[in-house]
Amino acid sequence: MNINNKPLFHAIGSFVAIGIVWHLISVYSGWSAQVFAGPYEVFAALWQLTLDGSLIKHSVASLFRVTAGFYLAIVFGIPLGMLLGRITTLRLFINPVINFLRPISPLAWIPLAMLWFGIGDMPAIFLIFLSSFFPLVVATAVAVRSINPVYFQVAANFNFSRYEIVKKIIIPATVPAIVVAIRLSITIAWLVVVAAEMIAVQSGLGYLIIDSRNALRMDYVMVGMVVIGIIGLLLDYLMRQLGKFESASWGFHAR
Amino acid sequence: MGHILIKNLSKDFVDRRRSNRPPDGSSPKHRRVEVLENLNLEFQEGDLTCILGASGCGKSTLLRIIAGFDQPTSGAVYQNGRQLIKPSSDNIFVYQHNGLLPWMTVWQNVELGLRHMEEGEAKVEHIQEYIEMVDLEGFEHHYPHQLSGGMQRRAELARGLAVNPNMLILDEPFSGLDFLTHMKMREEVVNMHQFFQKTMIMVTHNIDDALIMGDRVVILGDRPAQVKLDQKLEFEHPRNPEVEPALQELRDEIFLMLGVSYAV
Repeated sequence: MNINNKPLFHAIGSFVAIGIVWHLISVYSGWSAQVFAGPYEVFAALWQLTLDGSLIKHSVASLFRVTAGFYLAIVFGIPLGMLLGRITTLRLFINPVINFLRPISPLAWIPLAMLWFGIGDMPAIFLIFLSSFFPLVVATAVAVRSINPVYFQVAANFNFSRYEIVKKIIIPATVPAIVVAIRLSITIAWLVVVAAEMIAVQSGLGYLIIDSRNALRMDYVMVGMVVIGIIGLLLDYLMRQLGKFESASWGFHAR
Repeated sequence: MGHILIKNLSKDFVDRRRSNRPPDGSSPKHRRVEVLENLNLEFQEGDLTCILGASGCGKSTLLRIIAGFDQPTSGAVYQNGRQLIKPSSDNIFVYQHNGLLPWMTVWQNVELGLRHMEEGEAKVEHIQEYIEMVDLEGFEHHYPHQLSGGMQRRAELARGLAVNPNMLILDEPFSGLDFLTHMKMREEVVNMHQFFQKTMIMVTHNIDDALIMGDRVVILGDRPAQVKLDQKLEFEHPRNPEVEPALQELRDEIFLMLGVSYAV
């Protein structure tokens, strides 16, 4: 039996190895637990924060903001990307603007976001939206432009209406590429939410980290990091499941 | 009805390829390339016409104009006396490959042209009938990528015939198939033609295909395309150019016309 067929085995092996190295460093480096918490301290803190409910509260707050911002990005970004992919004139107008805005880090928007939306969930949601909006627009536009023109001829041949062209050609043809784009951009969104929460809000995993730093609780800081990593893994796993639907996976078999 | 009249058809396009830059480095003149010039052709109702010609002579452009996908620069195509200007399910185009929508099953692809038919037993039976006609029963719910090349072409034929079109336009429908599948498909298309009596216009590179299948063979010369040969083939099926001297003679003539020889 081939051991490479069991990827979980390798993953667990790596994490166990990291835990051992981590433990050895914390024991033999001579750093105090305030500076470099070992795995035992961090897991004790993790347990403690789970029991008092604050970890759940912070995770839910972060996930809420990601979900809200990401949905907004999908709702506006994908249709805009489809329009840009189909209408050349619109693309020539809008593309330079998008390419100008795209390399500006969402974090650079923090001052403006706070000024416009005040304190609370809104500025964080706005930053998440910005972080995933542009990648989704660009990926969708590219996907639409690369649809095989034969499919539009088939549509014309069978008298498709405009609505049918969108529903039966453009959407299914681009689903595989869009699923990949969603998977990539939700990772960016998750990166940005934590950064945004360090500034504008009183909850969320980013807030947990910055607040624990102010209290000099490095064990809580590391709990925050561990949980961010775990949730990131779960999000990626969930997004990968999206790509396994038959309707989304034709693109990986065809051609 | 599938009577087609092509009158004074011309088509040119602007060639923007970099390789047209003159050798002295001056800015390239956008050369207008005439693909078709004053072409006149007529296709009779119910005929299977095979069009032969060298690569790039404008055969595919002609097919695309007949299908309504492309507009001529001047001249027109008339179908039963009315000018044909846009694609419709009266004239179904059959592609070289990948003509099926890959995100739809065989059933859904065949259903494409029957979307406006009332849901019910009649529709299900109609679709099933055409799927069985091309021997794809059992594969109704397979996706195109799960079928062999020959099965994909057959599914596409079923999809095209199921809408009961006036005409089928076939653009090198056997390209990329292995030898035996090619022979089988050729037989199948001839059988379908004899059964449905649809007008069929088929572009091919294969001279034997044209001689074995066609009611008529048309040879187009180099750009701008001109009719170099227009020959009725009044031979009964099954047909074999190996044992029919008249067909052999015609084959040699066609080879000569296309500038090659069969014997090497």
